[in-house]
Amino acid sequence: MNHFEYLPAKSVNDACDMLSNYGEEAKVLAGGQSLVPLMKQGLVRPSHIIDIRGLSDLDYIRYDKKDGLRIGALTTHRAVETSKAIKENCAMLAEMERTLASVAVRNWGTVGGSLTHADPASDLATTLMALGAEVTLTGSRGERVVNLNDFFVDYFETALHSDELLTAIHIPNSGRGNGFYYKFAHRATDLAVVSVAVYLVPAPDDQNRCQDIRIVMGSVGPTSLRSRRGEELLKGQEITDTLIEEAARVSAEDAQPTTDINGSEEYKRELVQVLVTRSIKKAATRASTR
Amino acid sequence: MENLRLIINGEEVEALIDPATTLQQFLHNTLGMTGTKEGCGAGLCGCCTVMVDGKAVKSCLILALQVGGKSVQTIEGLAHEDVLDPVQSAFIENGAIQCGFCSPGMIMASKALLKENPHPVENDVRHALSGNLCRCTGYHKIVKAVLSVGERQ
Repeated sequence: MNHFEYLPAKSVNDACDMLSNYGEEAKVLAGGQSLVPLMKQGLVRPSHIIDIRGLSDLDYIRYDKKDGLRIGALTTHRAVETSKAIKENCAMLAEMERTLASVAVRNWGTVGGSLTHADPASDLATTLMALGAEVTLTGSRGERVVNLNDFFVDYFETALHSDELLTAIHIPNSGRGNGFYYKFAHRATDLAVVSVAVYLVPAPDDQNRCQDIRIVMGSVGPTSLRSRRGEELLKGQEITDTLIEEAARVSAEDAQPTTDINGSEEYKRELVQVLVTRSIKKAATRASTR
Repeated sequence: MENLRLIINGEEVEALIDPATTLQQFLHNTLGMTGTKEGCGAGLCGCCTVMVDGKAVKSCLILALQVGGKSVQTIEGLAHEDVLDPVQSAFIENGAIQCGFCSPGMIMASKALLKENPHPVENDVRHALSGNLCRCTGYHKIVKAVLSVGERQ
């Protein structure tokens, strides 16, 4: 690791002020489960580390029936995994956490740190996009709320300005819908080779008709990707096996996988198709038995 | 250099350190507590597992300064005088140790599990230890050792 100046932040404002002063040379440290490995490999060499882990007012999970779920940026993965409110009201989020790295990483790593790292294989990003989540970005000039669709820009790049912190995650009330996260990885603690998150809302008068759906694919592009064409195929339609298979087929076309050590492009497209089929079926079953 | 104060195995420790020091480096290199090892250095192998405020963490991925004011438990703090901790004894009784490199991390991750869940079933153990790699014993005996502690307490 390179030498750096260590700056513990006293408040969100304090952190934003320091970010304004040091700009791109500074890095924000939360749990460091993504940043520290990059620093140890010499891939990131910040001159200043702004440590925000002590800002306990960013560590919370709040649920309100109307408003939905609000999670502070410094909440650990493990807290999300074990939260009663999340298990009861947003089960797919807690289930996803069980597949994310290992217990020890989840005990220290934070949800805000994970999102700002913007790994296209992120279990959290893929799941939160399916849940329609938005994030609050706080800078010295105030706050803005950005949908996760617009937050991820490219491989490891986000819409965050250099003086901004991600401070909170908001998952709007999921109402009648339900979802499922399906991760395929070679080993339990690995990043996904391919992952798929589906959130489905059935029509109020007909459990078998899809009113709205989000299909999100992880690890097959520069960011987690929505399959808009797959979604459009199902919206407003009766959910049949044929239609699900057709949606899965176009999702595999929408995916942008690259050949790497985990598998060929073709193999990953095949995986997308299988995982999307299974995830839609599972989400539909869950939504209709709710 | 920055000042660091923390509690390690019940004793207060104070030192001046380079901010770029991980908790594992601080324990192993600065304090000479060589039980906490760096294997992969990237959070995958679990050899560096210690407990911070009772929870398992990967000490090679944590800056030591972030643990200021907190309580750290390492493998060195488990045995009292000549009496081993029940998890250590179970590892020996079940042949769950071969070369020993992964053992401190395995044992600390197991301690953290048993603290949270005193009577784990096999799946709980395998899940809790999924972030700890062993290249000798083949996991089966390790899982058996942890289960035997759960059954006895």
